[in-house]
Amino acid sequence: MARRSGSVFTGCGTVFLKELADHLGSGRMRILEWLVLLTGIGAVYTAIQDLKTTTSQDPFLFLRLFTNAHDPLPSFMAVLGFLIPLVAIGLGFDAVNGEFNRRTMSRILAQPVYRDALLMGKFFAGLATLAVALVSLWLLIIGLGLIMLGVPPSGEEVMRGGAFLVVSLAYGGLWLALAMLCSVIFRAPATSALSALGLWLLMSVLWPLLSRFLTEAIFPTTQLTLLTGPSYNQIVFQQMLARLSPNTLFAESLLGILDPSTRALGPVFMTQLEGAVMGNPLPLGQSLLLIWPQVTGLIAGVIVMFVAAYIVFQRQEVRA
Amino acid sequence: MSELDRNADVVVARGLTKRYAGVAAVDGIDLTVRRGEIFGLLGPNGAGKTTTILMLLGLTESNGGTIQVAGADPMRDPLEVKRHVGYLPDAVGFYDNLTARRNLRYTARLSGLSRDEAETRISDALARVRLADVADNQVATYSRGMRQRLGLAEVMMKRAELAILDEPTSGLDPQATFELLDMIRGLKADNIAVLISSHLLDRVQAVCDRVALFSHGKVVLEGTVGELARQVLGGGYAVEIEATGPNLPTLLAGIPGVQRVTDSGDGKFQLVAARDIRAELGKAIIGAGGSLMRLDHIEPSLDTIYRHYFEGDHGAA
Repeated sequence: MARRSGSVFTGCGTVFLKELADHLGSGRMRILEWLVLLTGIGAVYTAIQDLKTTTSQDPFLFLRLFTNAHDPLPSFMAVLGFLIPLVAIGLGFDAVNGEFNRRTMSRILAQPVYRDALLMGKFFAGLATLAVALVSLWLLIIGLGLIMLGVPPSGEEVMRGGAFLVVSLAYGGLWLALAMLCSVIFRAPATSALSALGLWLLMSVLWPLLSRFLTEAIFPTTQLTLLTGPSYNQIVFQQMLARLSPNTLFAESLLGILDPSTRALGPVFMTQLEGAVMGNPLPLGQSLLLIWPQVTGLIAGVIVMFVAAYIVFQRQEVRA
Repeated sequence: MSELDRNADVVVARGLTKRYAGVAAVDGIDLTVRRGEIFGLLGPNGAGKTTTILMLLGLTESNGGTIQVAGADPMRDPLEVKRHVGYLPDAVGFYDNLTARRNLRYTARLSGLSRDEAETRISDALARVRLADVADNQVATYSRGMRQRLGLAEVMMKRAELAILDEPTSGLDPQATFELLDMIRGLKADNIAVLISSHLLDRVQAVCDRVALFSHGKVVLEGTVGELARQVLGGGYAVEIEATGPNLPTLLAGIPGVQRVTDSGDGKFQLVAARDIRAELGKAIIGAGGSLMRLDHIEPSLDTIYRHYFEGDHGAA
């Protein structure tokens, strides 16, 4: 095999800057930003109504902003679970096929850069855009909290908030890479957007139901299980299935990082709880250890999706 | 071939082959493009012109043969090749939401030009293609001809050794075509080799030094237009006359040097002769009491050559 000469990163920065400027200036981004902003503020606002009554007792008051749900609105955490994929898909669904449709692809690839630079530049620009949106949203929530609650966040809360940003970014990156994969596979942007959104619906709405049905098919309900409840194996199996969805991984990670009293994400035996003080918060390090597998899974998902997009893109013919 | 000639060749391709799903789109072609010449790749749609171009640029991998473009192998060293080659794709596209200048700035940065160098070259190139006045308008407002010129500006900006233009004049009105071809001649004046692919023969003939005729993935004819004419039309000097007089066909055929006379009716005749016999023709017709209305030397056109070639037995290959 002949080795290519020159760096694959040549031009990556140029593509990154151009795409970032495009994203931040595009009308699509405006709409998505407003969507994130309004829902975020709505969720936080209602959480604050609840929290005002409990200010003095809670050591992690600020984190409650993210996790408190107030009927009929879901918690901010849950809203993000829906919105981040939407924003990410919005940023990525026409990344590659858009270049083909504008007929700019062959012109760009005739410049002394590898295709790698184009794909990577676009991916990192999307990720940076997501990061900008998330950080500003996060700061907005802290600001709202400061004004409406009148107490500053503790150092640990800020650090947990930082971890929350990283996890959200990994989750967004996964959907961004998936949307880009769709944009490489499908030439029509509408098809690409629809298939990415379809997968998102499957993962966030249908997969939890499906994983339960599949588990029941494998572990059928018997007289015994009706009495004793589901077996340990059944619970573990169902959880494993559910964790194939990035939404589950994201929800579990956020639960672990934003609710310090979370001690385990899987089934726990009574014997393991012996001596534990229920509801007592875990230190940050322990919480991070708890969600480490989930975060690893998310990052692995990002890499798998990106590599898939990369391989398909490299094999694609330049001519339409 | 001496070492000097070798250096003067910008493109050297030998036995270049590309198969799509087992079908040869390009079937063992040989191409040589010299520095500072305009070379035309001509042929019908689907003859393999664009595939050949993509292989020269290293955008498509070949299945066989060797290529050297600007002294580098596009398969092994695509970046080096792309640094020295400008490419104007068929139906070129730009980012509509950006201005012409910003579009060029992006490709300038991609091709590794420094900021200052890029700005001077961009202004220079835009002025040369007469887009300086509208350089800061969005490309969305541009007409097809202006886009094509902007594409050419991009090629100029790169100061490449070789400019590859794929169907540069397709879809342009005559005036825009004329202007574009004029600018392409300007490239040649800078000692840049130009490779033009086209199916619009008469327009290309006006600018090309040498042409290669493509058919079914093969180069069937190569050379200057005159050489091709000799090969296909059997050489000779073609003359068209419009005259009246008694027994003209026999008279014309009797003039020394005339090889063939075709009566196209209405007092028009076409002659093929070994040399320029216009003077003798005039004298003979007047001398025989006829009247001569018109006497023209017919330049062999690519159109004629092309049609002749594909109508002949070669076309069936």
